[in-house]
Amino acid sequence: MKKSKKYMVISTISMVCFFVLWEMVTDVLHLFPVYSMPSPIKTFQAFFIKLVNPSPDGSVLLVHVAASLQVALTGYIFGAVVGIPLGILMAWYKPVDLFVKPIFDLVRPIPPIGWVPIMILLLGIDLKSKAMVIFVSAVIPCIINSYSGIKQTSEVHINVGKTFGLTKFEILRKIAIPTALPMIFTGLRVSLGVAWMTLVAAELVAATKGLGYMLQIARTIGRPDIIVMGMLVIAGVGAILTGTLEFLEKKFVRR
Amino acid sequence: MDGKGKITVRCKDLCKTFYAKNRKQDEENEVIRNLNLEVRENEFLVLFGPGQCGKTTILNLMAGLVEPTSGEIEVNGKKVDGPSKDRGMVYQTTALFPWMSVMKNVSFGPRMQGVKKAEWKKRAQYYIDLVGLTGFEDSYPVKLSGGMQQRVGIARAYCNDPDVIFMDEPFGHLDAQTRYLMEEEIEKICSKEKRTVIFVTNNVEEAIYLADRIVVLTDMPTTVKKEYMIEIPRPRDYTSKQFLSLREEITQCVEISGTFEEAGHGDE
Repeated sequence: MKKSKKYMVISTISMVCFFVLWEMVTDVLHLFPVYSMPSPIKTFQAFFIKLVNPSPDGSVLLVHVAASLQVALTGYIFGAVVGIPLGILMAWYKPVDLFVKPIFDLVRPIPPIGWVPIMILLLGIDLKSKAMVIFVSAVIPCIINSYSGIKQTSEVHINVGKTFGLTKFEILRKIAIPTALPMIFTGLRVSLGVAWMTLVAAELVAATKGLGYMLQIARTIGRPDIIVMGMLVIAGVGAILTGTLEFLEKKFVRR
Repeated sequence: MDGKGKITVRCKDLCKTFYAKNRKQDEENEVIRNLNLEVRENEFLVLFGPGQCGKTTILNLMAGLVEPTSGEIEVNGKKVDGPSKDRGMVYQTTALFPWMSVMKNVSFGPRMQGVKKAEWKKRAQYYIDLVGLTGFEDSYPVKLSGGMQQRVGIARAYCNDPDVIFMDEPFGHLDAQTRYLMEEEIEKICSKEKRTVIFVTNNVEEAIYLADRIVVLTDMPTTVKKEYMIEIPRPRDYTSKQFLSLREEITQCVEISGTFEEAGHGDE
């Protein structure tokens, strides 16, 4: 308790230092031109204004957040639902592994953002194309982590299952998947981070709504306060998503 | 004990050679050669042999986890051709499921067989009490000491009600003190719950303390060297004259067999 309090104090000091320094270089010392770097005060003002005012990009902040979340979560959930079972089956059944591996290895080195142009051509610039890009980015960590989680199942545990008369599928369900569960959650966490990052990048290129789009518009009309505010909101939402997942993990996985 | 009774496990001319494919040449590792063994119902048989002989392999063969190269194993008159719930196993290292409580671990067998909850709970509770873990039903394996973990392993094997229980050096990783305690414990359990037990160890005292019969094995390729019926009344005293002289005899038997085998290899 005492230690965590100490950490709290140090973290608070570090945050305060950050904002003071930021205020110093902007409002006090004017080290940057006003059109490139906003002061923290201006940034916070932009936050509250953007909550109610749809200019300059046509939507209030929460609409952008909602649009981004919708795309990110659609692609992410889709990626998890496909990736986790696929990784598990690849790890447990050799033929599945042999069949999927070549395709997987071929696709894996392509950065998720590299999928944006083809997805725009295929699906337009609405939710579908971005969700597909997110899907590609989210599915890969899900596959890799559930695959290696299943592979961690100890030989002895498998033998225990066999001597208790379990079939191969029962061993997978009752022994291998519980073994892999922490790794599967790691995959979910990594995926979520990647999905959120990919989303913003995808929105910079193709969107009519969303946090990335808001940033892009703000850049074209020279509103650095909205840009920096948007970045902070992206960070905040990302942290909330990760926190939610960690909460769920604690509920489901016991170590 | 009395040398009569039904035969539960029978190994006939059992051979096992492992083939490992290396980069250039095939490696052959003959682990077991012409092993013949008969285990009677409710007998406590100890397989005793030097460090790296194929003791674990013999158990794995009998459990059906490994297929013999040649020869046959029968359990209750049926040929072994794969693992079965009729043959339980207690492992060398703790093989408990870390994500399950003691209760869930012990009841694993019956639960997997679809036994009703009230029934498996009762059965598991009986064996948890038997191994002296009452009050730890909801603990998780990480919270237990090595000795307690092995008790859970033993209870788990018994709870599935197998015909034979194989124990693969279950106390090998415990400290000496706990080991003595566990040996007493297992003797108590076995006298209460009569089962055919095949127990593997490389510890002479443990072997003499527990066994109805000791089968001394040779070095690899392993086969039966000699058998001893242990007729010292239970509970046995580690320091009694009978115990010590038997200990001396068996130790010598192993040492001699060891050197013979090595000499034999040199000639080939």
